[in-house]
Amino acid sequence: MNYREAITTITELLDDQLVVCANGLISREAYTIRDRPENFYMIGSMGMASSIGLGVALGKPARKVIILEGDGNLLMNLGSLPMAGSLQPGNLLHIVLDNEVYASTGNQPTISNVIELEEIAKSSRYAYVRKVTTNDDLKREVVYTLGNDGLSFLLVKIADQEEEREIGRVTHDPEQIKERFMSTM
Amino acid sequence: MHKSEDFAQELIDSGYDFFTGVPCSIIGNLITTLTDRPDITYIPAVREDAAVGVASGAYMAGKIPVVLMQNSGLGQCLNTLTSLNLIYKLPCLLIVTWRGFEGKDAPEHLVMGRTCNKLLDTIGIPHHDFNHDNIKSLVNMSYKLVTENREPMVLFLKKGIIE
Repeated sequence: MNYREAITTITELLDDQLVVCANGLISREAYTIRDRPENFYMIGSMGMASSIGLGVALGKPARKVIILEGDGNLLMNLGSLPMAGSLQPGNLLHIVLDNEVYASTGNQPTISNVIELEEIAKSSRYAYVRKVTTNDDLKREVVYTLGNDGLSFLLVKIADQEEEREIGRVTHDPEQIKERFMSTM
Repeated sequence: MHKSEDFAQELIDSGYDFFTGVPCSIIGNLITTLTDRPDITYIPAVREDAAVGVASGAYMAGKIPVVLMQNSGLGQCLNTLTSLNLIYKLPCLLIVTWRGFEGKDAPEHLVMGRTCNKLLDTIGIPHHDFNHDNIKSLVNMSYKLVTENREPMVLFLKKGIIE
């Protein structure tokens, strides 16, 4: 599974869930695969996807909120895991696409090849934590976590390289991204 | 000295309804007051940028947020302020304690103490200073500006104004 396949699988299972997409390739892929107003695309503020998603989840407890970020983003703001765990927002699903590299800047290694991020989520009191490595498992776990309350964390191990291709950038300007996102709430 | 309870009430009365931050001794009682009030939520943040991130998410979900921090925390959240709040127009009121004001503080506060206001001028975030007489008017003015301009704003709080 490469991250484009993972994002495609997740996107196909979405209805009106709010998704905070981390900066870099994750936002660009999510935008390219299926642009939707419920997606908030970060273009900067690396590391903040988990904090922004937590804020949205706290402000809109009746809506399911998904954080879609990579291992690099999470490692930059690891404190967001215990913050969410201390608050237990049941409407928050945290999905980490873990390819063990900073793919957006040319595949320099992170440290998640030796650090088990799902264990940090568990010790941060996430109520439901799963690590998935196949597309079928990802699909099953996304279906389950979208349908159930409880602070959840899915670590999606991305083993395959993306084929070389051009990928677009998000063409909406930042204010448009925000206005659209807010209009869906 | 202005009481922290009254200060908190003025923030709430003006319309702010989401509170997060990282403590400083100057706002210790204010944070305790906000934490103890049953009618509002104060979210303890692990870092100042995480606080600004949570506040930004809460704003998009319909809240008008306040972030509390020491001026040392401005450095921590500089990238979030410049590459999130300023470009997406995501507002919040930042109440920032001004440690190191006029060089009278511990060494770790002195550089930020003499530059924190200029730092905000450089990145284009408006700021004002609380004094003994302007708390209510500054809080009310900040709410109007934050919600109308949809940009972050800093109100500096020096030692000795609230207790």
